[in-house]
Amino acid sequence: MRGGRLSSPRAGAILPLVVVIFALIAIWYLGAVALNAPQARDQLAEGAGFRDLVAQTWSMERPVLPAPHQIATELAESLFGRPITSPRSLVYHTWVTVSAALAGLALALALGLTLAIGIVHVRLLDRSLMPWVIASQTVPVLAIAPMVVVVLGNLGITGLVPKAAIAGYLAFFPITVGMVKGLRAPDPLQIDLLRTYDAGPVQVFSLLRWPASLGFLFPSLRIAVALALVGAIVAELPTGAQAGLGARLLAGSYYGQTVQIWAALLMASATSLLGLAVVSMVEALVARRRGGRL
Amino acid sequence: MRNAPPFIWAAIGLIAAGLARHVVADGTGPVLAPSLIALLTLFLAMLGFARREGWAARLATPALFGLVLLWLWEMLVIGFAVPFVLLPPPSAIALAFIRHLALLWQDFAQTYLHAVIAGYGLGCGAGFLVALAIDRSPFLKRGLLPMGNMISAMPIVGIAPIMVMWFGFEWPSKAAVVVVMTFFPMLVNTTAGLAEAGAIERDLMRSYAAGYGVTLLKLRLPAALPHIFTALKLNATLALIGAVVAEFFGTPILGMGFRISTEAAKMNLDLVWATITVAALAGSLSFGALALLERLVTFWHPSFRGSS
Amino acid sequence: MTEAALLDPVEHDETATAQAVVAARDVSLVFDAEGGRVTALAGVDLSIMPGDFVSLIGPSGCGKTTLLRAIADLERPSSGSLLVNGMSPEDARKRRSYGYVFQAPALYPWRNVARNVMLPLEIMGLARAERRVRVARYLALVGLGEFARKFPWQLSGGMQQRVSIARALAFEPKLLLMDEPFGALDEITRDGLNLHLHELWRRTGMTAVFVTHSIPEAVFLSTRIVVMSARPGRVVDIIDNDLPATRDLDLRETPEFLAVAHRVREALRAGHSYD
Repeated sequence: MRGGRLSSPRAGAILPLVVVIFALIAIWYLGAVALNAPQARDQLAEGAGFRDLVAQTWSMERPVLPAPHQIATELAESLFGRPITSPRSLVYHTWVTVSAALAGLALALALGLTLAIGIVHVRLLDRSLMPWVIASQTVPVLAIAPMVVVVLGNLGITGLVPKAAIAGYLAFFPITVGMVKGLRAPDPLQIDLLRTYDAGPVQVFSLLRWPASLGFLFPSLRIAVALALVGAIVAELPTGAQAGLGARLLAGSYYGQTVQIWAALLMASATSLLGLAVVSMVEALVARRRGGRL
Repeated sequence: MRNAPPFIWAAIGLIAAGLARHVVADGTGPVLAPSLIALLTLFLAMLGFARREGWAARLATPALFGLVLLWLWEMLVIGFAVPFVLLPPPSAIALAFIRHLALLWQDFAQTYLHAVIAGYGLGCGAGFLVALAIDRSPFLKRGLLPMGNMISAMPIVGIAPIMVMWFGFEWPSKAAVVVVMTFFPMLVNTTAGLAEAGAIERDLMRSYAAGYGVTLLKLRLPAALPHIFTALKLNATLALIGAVVAEFFGTPILGMGFRISTEAAKMNLDLVWATITVAALAGSLSFGALALLERLVTFWHPSFRGSS
Repeated sequence: MTEAALLDPVEHDETATAQAVVAARDVSLVFDAEGGRVTALAGVDLSIMPGDFVSLIGPSGCGKTTLLRAIADLERPSSGSLLVNGMSPEDARKRRSYGYVFQAPALYPWRNVARNVMLPLEIMGLARAERRVRVARYLALVGLGEFARKFPWQLSGGMQQRVSIARALAFEPKLLLMDEPFGALDEITRDGLNLHLHELWRRTGMTAVFVTHSIPEAVFLSTRIVVMSARPGRVVDIIDNDLPATRDLDLRETPEFLAVAHRVREALRAGHSYD
């Protein structure tokens, strides 16, 4: 590649992304004009010019497509403009959802790791359970969310637990499948080496299988983080709009508050990306202790 | 004893299990003894099948395991008289399935035949075409790919309320959610697939003075197929999830997501479970069909070799 | 033609250059690598005449593969003149003047053996019937007629490389470029393929350029051996091989063979001590 030495590889990766994001924002503004124009025309007085129309489409209270700066304003206000404990604060709603997702993730990790260890070591589990775990990945598991919430609600269990249960249930499949793959990743020669040392199964696990599986754990965790968040959000729908990002989405859709929907959506996306970033950071830390590779 | 063919244990176990199920419903005899016999023999059967090779044994073990779970569910729910509104027994679910077959079919048609298929086709098709379109622009690729990866990790189902506002309550709004959900995985995977062809293979095409189009058609697209199928399979599941969850946000009086959310609120759990069964069947059958097609089309890929 | 004439561009005979299949004059090629610039080829002069079997031999990093790739227009020289059949390598490539055999077979796993050999014929737009005739002919020529319907991964490494040779021959180029085609194979397979290749070359009368790092292979196959050295990659000697045109594997035990091999080894050593 010519001229590659002038710009660092990092800048070369970021510039196109920045350009694409700016292009997207520009298209967004144009889209807002196009989509909101019919409504805006009704609100404007006769004889208003094109400039007025554009200004109107970018500042309506319930636009079909809110302009990016409207969402940014709403985000800033609901994040920083209100006390954190207020049910009008987006920080509060985000925390409600994130806590459920985190609890679910912890659950999924515990269950997924246990199952994976069992499947790798017990042939009966491998043959009987593993096919179901794989098959469940093709099933829209999220569909059971309303039922779980309702049933647990009947038992008097509400709040965090049902949401964490759904988030955990969703997140546990990728962790199990990934870890089974990871724990089986060592090649036969590496296992034979430990056999020549007469190492026991616990040693084989701690010295070989576990370290070898870490390269599979983090990619599965990334999927699990995203799924746990989706699970927590969807689990908030059937309870009616009480609290959480899902509730904000639902309330927004009830009352036609498009700006609020978009703000909640962007917040949810940002949270998901933050979760991924944390996983990647931990991965980088672990990798650094191994010379940069997992 | 453990060397007895596992299918004998399986037969004994199934008979005992059926007996126990019969008795637990009528209360005409002892339940515990046949139950324990069933559990023990079915366990031995699974153990026996798990030791054997061949497709029959590989199928029998999980099948028996599934049956045991269903049977345990049935026995426990009936035996301990678990309230219907908490967990209906599988037999009740099966009954509901048969009784509401027409309704279930209408829901399926609304959600799957309309929203899922239209959205999946459009989303995958658009993702594929855009991947081809940006193929010749490294700049766009480097901009759009991280974007696509980021968006794939976001909770996209959340756009459902927006799509409902834009496209109305009917299935097009659900299809729109599905389009957005399936577009990016296809874009990312197709792009990765188009980069799959090796340097030597490309040089070979160059030595034939083959142009961009010929190289794409004869080398890069075939080499990309495994990645494209990865996206197709992933999207099959995503599409169903997207359509069902989008219906939680509002829909006319039809659709699997609508059925699940409203009947759950009305405590008609047997119908909810029946709908979930339909969703599970639709998901796994679509996935299975795609996996089969993948096997036929990319039989040459290392992961399938030896079995063809 | 003498060695001096080959090495010295001033004495280059104009008519010889016009006839030459490959004519390189003062060809240099510099890569922009991450750690700075790498001179892969420096001032290479070489003429390859019709019917020649020329081996390029040298240590790794001597630019022998780069030279072959430059002839094939897979790399572009930084300076100097390089002509293939009297035209630029790019024009030669666009006229499909050469067949190229890579280090790896590079067979497409989704095509069976026959359809792999057919690939260039499809691209070059040969009629369907003609394609089938050619595939049958060249698969038979490399002794794999029975394997037409097999898939590449069902064949051994040696057989796969024979398929790739059949693929290179199928569109009947006058020039065959081979980049260590047998490098990854075991010695017994390699011996067999060398004999086979020698027969093919004799029967077709084509021009061949063959990159290798094996001295016996180069001596056994070639009419001329171009010895190269590394850092920068350049030609240090060109050795004419006067061994009889018809060769078999026993030839490799003869004093004549060993004498040529010795000369190659000496040239390699001289090139090595140079840096």
